[in-house]
Amino acid sequence: MAAGQVLQQIIAKAQKELLTEWLQTQTADGTARADLMKESELREQCREFLALLQDATRNGDMERLSGSAWQPVFEFLSGISRSRVIQGFSPVETATFVFSLKQPVFNRLRRELSDAQTLADELWSASTLLDRLGLYTTEIYQKTRDEVIARQQQELLELSTPVVNLWKDILALPLIGTLDSARTQVVMESLLQKIVETGAAIAIIDITGVPTVDTLVAQHLLKTVAAARLMGADCIISGIRPQIAQTIVHLGVDLGSVLTKATLADAFLVALKRTQSTLPKHLSG
Amino acid sequence: MDRIPILKMGPFLLVTIQVDMHDQLAMQLQDDLTSRIVAVRARGVLIDISSLEIVDSFIGRMISNIAGMARVLDAETVVVGMQPAVAITLVELGLSLEGVRTALNVDKGMLLLQRSLEDPEAEQ
Repeated sequence: MAAGQVLQQIIAKAQKELLTEWLQTQTADGTARADLMKESELREQCREFLALLQDATRNGDMERLSGSAWQPVFEFLSGISRSRVIQGFSPVETATFVFSLKQPVFNRLRRELSDAQTLADELWSASTLLDRLGLYTTEIYQKTRDEVIARQQQELLELSTPVVNLWKDILALPLIGTLDSARTQVVMESLLQKIVETGAAIAIIDITGVPTVDTLVAQHLLKTVAAARLMGADCIISGIRPQIAQTIVHLGVDLGSVLTKATLADAFLVALKRTQSTLPKHLSG
Repeated sequence: MDRIPILKMGPFLLVTIQVDMHDQLAMQLQDDLTSRIVAVRARGVLIDISSLEIVDSFIGRMISNIAGMARVLDAETVVVGMQPAVAITLVELGLSLEGVRTALNVDKGMLLLQRSLEDPEAEQ
């Protein structure tokens, strides 16, 4: 008798009992999380999984878990993983959903088989099977998380680069968050695009919201300034906090000929003077 | 062989680059422009590259060279209308065209040239 055949018989024969024991195990070790998921829903998931597993063990290849017979099982498990990520299960709890099936299955195998050699073989094949299915849920869990992170990164990238038209011919670019190469690229592109659209002569880059300025960030800033200059717009860097001024000097960063100001207000005043615009009377006081 | 036309506008020369620059064309432009500056005693050169979509390091250096040559001949060079993509490429290539003045469009470039002609001391 091939390994795994007994397992298949057990699942077919004693599905009800397996289901009950499995649910008990999950409730007992606390991974059922009644606070996140209704018991009826869990029962339904377990029942469906057992049914799919039964089909797959009957028709599919037990060794490699490949082929169309196993497809529904893997699809079902990815569905479970995804929904559990959203419901707030931990990766351990998600994987335990599958792993907790081991105990009831092993119990039953032990009862069915008396020969030690066969029992060991069957236990081994059941264990490998459930391990692989459990690890698969973890993999999908991880993948879903990665997708969420990637989406959030993309959203951050889009959110964090507004170019503001402050005055006629004056643009402001308030930078918030760390500047890496990808962000610099986006910042540079949106700034240059805006310069073309508005015909601005001066752009103020405000770095109040940039937590640290190291040599790399400074280099990125200088690149942006150089690109804007090539387009014919001058840049002023403003919002340099005292600590940042110290870091810049200690690191020996050369901001070159770029005009820097402590606050956005100072930079704005310089920009107004350069563009020879005048403030309304009540503001110029 | 096609050439890039050089127009005279008062004391300034206006060069509009409207075709893809290949290296031979660039060398030709250098020759033509320097001789024209001397011939008409131009005080400024305005290079409009608004229709230039692609640059490489050679063209970048050529622009920088033209500015240098013009300065030796006592003419100011202003490069106008650079596309964002071109600007980014040049910066990534490490060519920030130090010493070349830039403006957003021909209007602003002309204004810049006129100002530097009126008041050579007030250059940036």
